[in-house]
Amino acid sequence: MTQHLQHLYEVLSKVDGYVYPNEIELNWSILIVLYPYITGLVAGAFILASLERIFKLHVLRPTYGIALLTALSFMLVATMPLVSHLGKPLRAYEIMTTPHLSSAMAIFGFVYLWYLMVVLLLEIWFDYRRDMIIWADETTGLKRFLYRAFSLWTTDISPKAVALDNRLGYIVTIIGVPSAFLLHGYVGFIFGSIKANPWWSTVLMPVIFLFSAIVSGIALVMLVYNVITRIRKVKIDMPCLDTIASYLFYILLIDFVLEGLDQIHRIYTAEESFDVLHNLVFGRLFFTMFIMQGLFGTVLPLLTLGTLQFYKPKEKIRKVIYIVVPALILIGIFFMRWNVVIGGQLFSKSFYGYTDFKIGLIGTEGYLMAAFWLIVPFAILSFLLWLFPPWKKKQEEHEIQSA
Amino acid sequence: MTKTNSKLTRRDFFKAGSIIVGGIAVASALTPFDGVLFATEAPKGKGKWYGIGIDISKCIGCGKCANACKLENNVPKDPFYFRSWVEQYTIKNDGTVLVESPNGGIDGFKQSIPDADIFKSFFVPKMCNHCAKSPCVQVCPVGATFETPEGIVLVDENYCIGCRYCVQACPYGCRFINPEKGTAEKCTLCIHRLDKGKNPACFEMCPTEARIFGDLNDPKSKINYFLKNHTCMVIKPNLNTGSKLFYNALSSEVR
Repeated sequence: MTQHLQHLYEVLSKVDGYVYPNEIELNWSILIVLYPYITGLVAGAFILASLERIFKLHVLRPTYGIALLTALSFMLVATMPLVSHLGKPLRAYEIMTTPHLSSAMAIFGFVYLWYLMVVLLLEIWFDYRRDMIIWADETTGLKRFLYRAFSLWTTDISPKAVALDNRLGYIVTIIGVPSAFLLHGYVGFIFGSIKANPWWSTVLMPVIFLFSAIVSGIALVMLVYNVITRIRKVKIDMPCLDTIASYLFYILLIDFVLEGLDQIHRIYTAEESFDVLHNLVFGRLFFTMFIMQGLFGTVLPLLTLGTLQFYKPKEKIRKVIYIVVPALILIGIFFMRWNVVIGGQLFSKSFYGYTDFKIGLIGTEGYLMAAFWLIVPFAILSFLLWLFPPWKKKQEEHEIQSA
Repeated sequence: MTKTNSKLTRRDFFKAGSIIVGGIAVASALTPFDGVLFATEAPKGKGKWYGIGIDISKCIGCGKCANACKLENNVPKDPFYFRSWVEQYTIKNDGTVLVESPNGGIDGFKQSIPDADIFKSFFVPKMCNHCAKSPCVQVCPVGATFETPEGIVLVDENYCIGCRYCVQACPYGCRFINPEKGTAEKCTLCIHRLDKGKNPACFEMCPTEARIFGDLNDPKSKINYFLKNHTCMVIKPNLNTGSKLFYNALSSEVR
């Protein structure tokens, strides 16, 4: 408590201009930066998986299972930063039991549950049911029990049953794509609908969030695939990565154009809040916005991926590019979330000044806590990949033939 | 294309069209368009519907209102938590605006600009606008923030989950999270005093009667007299929050 106050007095000494007295404290800190970041990774990874399934882009097959499991790992953690930042975390269930229907945040709980339970879990279940039954027969002990339990003790792997799995899985994927759009567009709406805050209040916010989500999710799957192939010491499927990279380029381009449009609109209309936002962008947000998000997260990846569209360097160089570029994009999108969430609170709603922001290492809103919530999904992913290795899936005969 | 391909004849089209147009015309005649717009919101119900008036030309910046609020409502004493505060605006001859509110004005104000450089200076007391279309009520995910039938916006601290969405949604910076309780807090218009027939603490303490409040539904109330006899304005009218805090002599610099 005293530490918190000490922190606030320190911030008070760094206030520039005038802020309302209640605005000195930043209400949403790094955990709320993580929340749209993680949700975006989920939506993006899922959409990449759906490309393979719906549009039958079989060149993406090596990443299909990885993308689904990545989406699930991050989805399971997505609400944790939100819940752990609440003033009363034990009351979090009230959002679900007594939702206030006019609140964007209340409805998010249902969008989240729909996506997790109806889309992700179902799709993965249909995809793995047959394999789980086969693996259960091949293993013993706890692993066998887990396979049995996760397959809900079903045993039917007749061609008819598997065909039904495939058909239902396909239907779920088709429902899943708009759901993934909804999920992350909705996160954008949570910010975009706050009319009190001119930095957030733009109709483009859901669309920008959506495209940046797809970008980040694809980049993450690319990176995870790279790491996994190196750990498994198998050959990297270059046509697959080349295809993903070209998708990444086009979606990043759309994202860049949308964000540019938003800024151009702000500059041209130059509404009441323009001066305070202008100084914000060129002052307290300069490094995170122009250097981290703009230069490293957008311009460099765009130039690199754009070059690959008409000039293909040697495989060795492309392999390096396919690690560096997604990593840059992931950092860039993190700072995009940072600039929205933190940037939106650095200026006063009186438009007369700026407050300051500093994160500590420890504490519920510290760097360590944030790092923890970023590491947990990877731990879950490792477990899921151990239990459900996509590369060990038994291909059906007709699939082998068509491949 | 032959005529048999289309089942809809021209006659059918006109028939259906005139039914739709005629239907709309009849429906409009039954419920005529209400062209009356209220600056804030149409008063709800027939009971009390509170509004607040602050006369900037009367405020002397003594800060007693802000202090009384903290004492009456047990608001944390540190200068980061206010349900009510006072701002000092100083507009310099060169047009620059200086706004200050050291400790919410509780300890009074000192003018840091030499008199010769000042174009004009005034004090603006701030508090919850008790909006009729409150953004804070709209966004609360559990409905812990609500509006009473009298038009007072309150927080149920036993229900609030402390998500801070309402703090973000308030355009006037009138909310904060109580550091001990972890829940949202704001001006209650001293509803506990109103229930006993007393004035809210900040109104009671104002030595110049710069603050008044009353029932907007009562044509003879103080607030209606105030609104009738002054040129009043709300802060940030463009946000359409239905603010019920009306200022007399509000300068355009005030936000």
